[in-house]
Amino acid sequence: MSRKPYLRPITSEWIFRHQRYLRYMVREFSCLFIGGWTLMMVWGLKQLAQGPEAWAAFLQFLATPASIVFHLLTLAFSIYHSVTWFNLTPKALPVQRGEEFVPDAVISGAHFALWGVISLAVLALAGAF
Amino acid sequence: MKTYQLDVLRYNPETDREPHFQRYSVPCREEWVVLDALNHVKESIDPTLSYRWSCHMAVCGSCGMMINGEPKLACKSFLREYEGVIRIEPLRHFPIERDLVTVIDDFVAKLARVKPYLIPKEATSPEAGEFRQTPAQLKRYKQFTLCINCMLCYAACPEYGLIPQYLGPAAIALGHRWNEDSRDAGRAARQEELAAKEGAWECSFVGACSEVCPEHVDPAAAIQQVKIKSTVDWYAAHLMPWLNK
Repeated sequence: MSRKPYLRPITSEWIFRHQRYLRYMVREFSCLFIGGWTLMMVWGLKQLAQGPEAWAAFLQFLATPASIVFHLLTLAFSIYHSVTWFNLTPKALPVQRGEEFVPDAVISGAHFALWGVISLAVLALAGAF
Repeated sequence: MKTYQLDVLRYNPETDREPHFQRYSVPCREEWVVLDALNHVKESIDPTLSYRWSCHMAVCGSCGMMINGEPKLACKSFLREYEGVIRIEPLRHFPIERDLVTVIDDFVAKLARVKPYLIPKEATSPEAGEFRQTPAQLKRYKQFTLCINCMLCYAACPEYGLIPQYLGPAAIALGHRWNEDSRDAGRAARQEELAAKEGAWECSFVGACSEVCPEHVDPAAAIQQVKIKSTVDWYAAHLMPWLNK
């Protein structure tokens, strides 16, 4: 009897096989928006360095409907990425006190709290209050 | 008794060019699991059907297969939880030897590479007494000892499917299990495999391994912990070289 193992080919169908894979791909996909937004900020800095006219043009561009839609999408994707990521922190950073592990909610909760504090500090620095 | 329709992926290496589905109508009892239905097929309908099983109680890890596209233990999957035709395939990402039997050599070799056994600080003899451990020290790694090597996590992991060189969830979790053991001193010996690019760093944290584990082990957690400890190692080696003798 001869052996002839058959390896089934992998197709991109796996992404849609279960919700978990789709959720994962959405998390990975969020980097395109966050990366794009970051590049836009670098471009904004360059415009700022070039003088008041270039800066005004940049601000005008930010106010266009396409830019606002892009910003809303980027906000949604970055919140999705941050929330799913912080929910995973108890797996990466388990803390054992005596025999018991600190509950997951405490570890992810600490991350959410720190996120909130830093966001408020950034908003305060930007003069939002 | 209720009749279930099973679509089973068949592959005979001697006659088939590629696998194909075969439909079986199986009269089943209410309390049967998928493995019972397969056993009924083998005993009463088609003795040529091949599949692995042994304990029928989710301990041996032999009967892993794809049931309606999900990696499951056939002995732990009750028929009453399924509706319509039940699709049964061999575990994904592994070559098919015959029918539902896969070639598992790759996993077995990877498991050996992570040295999943106690490597004590220095050789001792049984007369020197046992290795002692507190309940807290045991709890630190205990969940990872529950792995039954069923390979469902490999079938769930898209990284393993796309990059077969990836060490994979169970092997990394079992290496980590010994690293976390207070009696063990073999971490440095395991790092070459665990901290390699094709070790923990190939993982992009899909998390599917932990979701499908029938023993509720959390391999995704083990892999992230290996990444963090390896990162600390790197910084210690490059920024604080005086710490290394």
